[in-house]
Amino acid sequence: METLMTITAGILLSIGTYLILTKSLLRIVLGTSIFTHGVHIMLLSMAGLKTGAVPLLGEDAAAYTDPIPQALMLTSIVISFALTAFFLVLSYRTYKTFGTDDMDQLRGSKYE
Amino acid sequence: MFTTLHLAIIAPFFIAIVVPILYKYFPRTHTGWFVLFVPILLFLYFLRFIPETSNGNTYHAVFDWIPSLGIQFTAYVDGLGLLFALLITGIGSLVVLYSIYYLSKEQEALNRFYVFLLMFMGAMLGVVLSDNLLVLYVFWEVTSISSFLLISYWYERDKSRYGAMKSLLITVVGGFAMLVGFILLYQMTGTFSIQTMIQSVDDFTEHALFLPTMLCILLGAFTKSAQFPFHIWLPDAMEAPTPVSAYLHSATMVKAGIYLVARLSPIFAISGEWLWLVAGFGITTLFWGSFNAVRQTDLKGILAFSTVSQLGMILSMLGVGALALHFDGIDNNVYIGATAAALFHLMNHATFKGSLFMMVGIVDHETGTRDIRRLGGLMTIMPITFTIAVIGSFSMAGLPPFNGFLSKEMFFTAMVDVASFQQFNMDTFGVLFPVVAWVASVFTFIYSMMLVFKTFGGKLQLGQLEKKPHEAPFGMLLSPIILISLVIVFGFFPNILAYTVIEPAMASILPSLLRNGEHFLVDIYFWHGWTVELFMTMGVVLIGTVLYLTLRKWKSIYSLFPKHLSFNHLYDTTITRGESLSAKVTGMYMTGSVKHYLIYILTFFSIFLLYVLFSTDAFALNTDHLAPISMYEWLLAIVLALSAIAIMFAKNRLATLIILGVSGYSVALFFVTLRAPDLALTQLVIETVSVVMFLLGFYHLPEIAENFKKARFQVKNFIISFLVGFTVTVIGISASSTRLFESIADFFPKASYDEAGGNNMVNVILVDFRGFDTLFEILVLTIASIGIFVVIKLRLNEKEER
Repeated sequence: METLMTITAGILLSIGTYLILTKSLLRIVLGTSIFTHGVHIMLLSMAGLKTGAVPLLGEDAAAYTDPIPQALMLTSIVISFALTAFFLVLSYRTYKTFGTDDMDQLRGSKYE
Repeated sequence: MFTTLHLAIIAPFFIAIVVPILYKYFPRTHTGWFVLFVPILLFLYFLRFIPETSNGNTYHAVFDWIPSLGIQFTAYVDGLGLLFALLITGIGSLVVLYSIYYLSKEQEALNRFYVFLLMFMGAMLGVVLSDNLLVLYVFWEVTSISSFLLISYWYERDKSRYGAMKSLLITVVGGFAMLVGFILLYQMTGTFSIQTMIQSVDDFTEHALFLPTMLCILLGAFTKSAQFPFHIWLPDAMEAPTPVSAYLHSATMVKAGIYLVARLSPIFAISGEWLWLVAGFGITTLFWGSFNAVRQTDLKGILAFSTVSQLGMILSMLGVGALALHFDGIDNNVYIGATAAALFHLMNHATFKGSLFMMVGIVDHETGTRDIRRLGGLMTIMPITFTIAVIGSFSMAGLPPFNGFLSKEMFFTAMVDVASFQQFNMDTFGVLFPVVAWVASVFTFIYSMMLVFKTFGGKLQLGQLEKKPHEAPFGMLLSPIILISLVIVFGFFPNILAYTVIEPAMASILPSLLRNGEHFLVDIYFWHGWTVELFMTMGVVLIGTVLYLTLRKWKSIYSLFPKHLSFNHLYDTTITRGESLSAKVTGMYMTGSVKHYLIYILTFFSIFLLYVLFSTDAFALNTDHLAPISMYEWLLAIVLALSAIAIMFAKNRLATLIILGVSGYSVALFFVTLRAPDLALTQLVIETVSVVMFLLGFYHLPEIAENFKKARFQVKNFIISFLVGFTVTVIGISASSTRLFESIADFFPKASYDEAGGNNMVNVILVDFRGFDTLFEILVLTIASIGIFVVIKLRLNEKEER
């Protein structure tokens, strides 16, 4: 199971990277979303899967799943949402200001 | 221990910090008056060491600077160091005094000037009084930097910036070679202390690194002391204010190279290469400098080349002085005279060249030009300045009864003696030394006469001058008058110097010649009888006068040298070519495209990590503890992977959004099957909100789709992405297959109820055990929302429609 999950995560990361490397701003934003999914799945599978019950004490089980990755990921999900929102607005503003969403045209100044 | 001596070396740096404050709060007083106390007090302080060193004693104090690296700031005072320390502080006092009148407090940024000057003074003291080579190197580079800052003092002038850059590049390249030399020395001896090296010198003279070390260190010394062919920076450094030229580029900093050669003589001087290199480069520079000085039309240009030439002369004497090591003891050893002459001329040069620079500064200040073609006839208008010029120039030309005559005679003696030395091919090529020395002296005589008579003789051309000339104020004349009096005093009573500073300094340069309790005896006097040297001087005066009078007729020989073969041309070409080459190379990878930078980073990390992973054999695949896979999970994984792949190829925005939603919800479902209910809930909410948000974005950005549709499959990008995914997967599998240490997961089931009173472990971790994380997460959300708000509301230009 862990191996399958890791490979899935690898596929997601590949596609995320590919999208980030494209010219279109919107695809880059989508790419970061996919990338985040990949990272989450990776984190979860690294901790070992199905090693116990849901991490709620009332379940009265002999063992529980490791709660730490879950706590970390909860933070990560929320922050990645904030990031996606910010990226989206930033690309909106970039498009409004420069009139293009082509990354090849959005290079730094030639005097740097 | 940090002693008074350390404090004395560092003191200028401390005062430099205070200078800007004094400048700001005492605007009515010239800042120079405050600064003047520093060199004067230091001079008096160092004078107190003379009785000690002239008895052959040395003084040293150790301060552990960086104990973990074994670097000690060892202040070491012996004859040689003291001679330089007195020179630095003595000339320093006079230069500061002179600068008070030279730089007007209304127009110039005095705070900067004195900060740099004090910085230089401290660094220079550090160079000559440090025993540790690394500390010496640090101070050495600080002198280069302060010289750079002082040359570019009038930075609004192109030439100042050019000269500053040139001096910095050349001296720092040399300094770097010198550092390499120092490190090689450490390799051979295992110590950075010069004195310790000198004691064990016999152990490593046969070492294979001995010659490379020597070459590296000499490169540093030659660049600093403006030796041929590295002399080209010194004439351009003359763009600095005249007090700086007098101080750094004539009396002190350029002599740091000479100091280094003298200081390391006990280590290297025994070898024939040292003799040939030091004496050879010295005598070449002597000739080339004096020869080129004659063609200059700028007074400071003449003095610059003259300084180059005189530095070469001192260096050649130091080189020849090394011959003394091939004889036992000091009795009847004629070659020690050369070392004495070098030190004596070092002092003399500081006195007459310092006063000449100040003289030129006065002429420049009072007439507005330094061009000898426009000057002339100032003799009656500026009588005191004229007197200074005559005494200084005649001393430089080597005429009696000034100190320059004495050292010039000693120089001739040394050069004549060289020819009779029997080793290192000296008996064949040695005869060149007296010949070149004599020719160079003729040119020295010519430019010295030019300095006096082109400026003060001839006809006054009032129309050519920017100001109506008059004699300088007394304060400005004071410093050159003091120096010029020293020229006369040292001329008549040279032994004041000989007994107090020269003899102890010689003991530092040639320590191996002295037996217990012995010390050098130097007696300098005018009349030696009708010797070869005297006839040489007479010849110099005779031929020199004839050539000076016929200067116009033979001056055309200077145009025989093609300009594009000069070292200056070489330097300029190297700089421009280097700049365009580096611009080209940088332009090749610094494209300004974030995408390219990302590709470099990703490729590097992927390849590096994969390499490490396989070279350390860290890859592992352990299937023992794996959880079983159910049907649903297979299905979910396939849906997730397919939806992600579909996004790559989707051309329609709405379709893309739906596919993104599919992958988000499948992740949420995964969380359900993998025992993470909180994650599943959060993911569902966030995914829904995200889709809404994207839709809003699309609504407001109908045009953005253009590039979106045109996108084509990029093979190169895909390879890089695949590499990234592959690397992460491999590392992930290895990591979950290897357990290096116990997980702390067991802590939370026990602690979350007992310590935090909660049943939901994930929640307890978020709000209690890692409460700060959550707090900062809220902070991040706040910042993001403020950012989003600002970006939406921002109007970069007024006309833009809402």
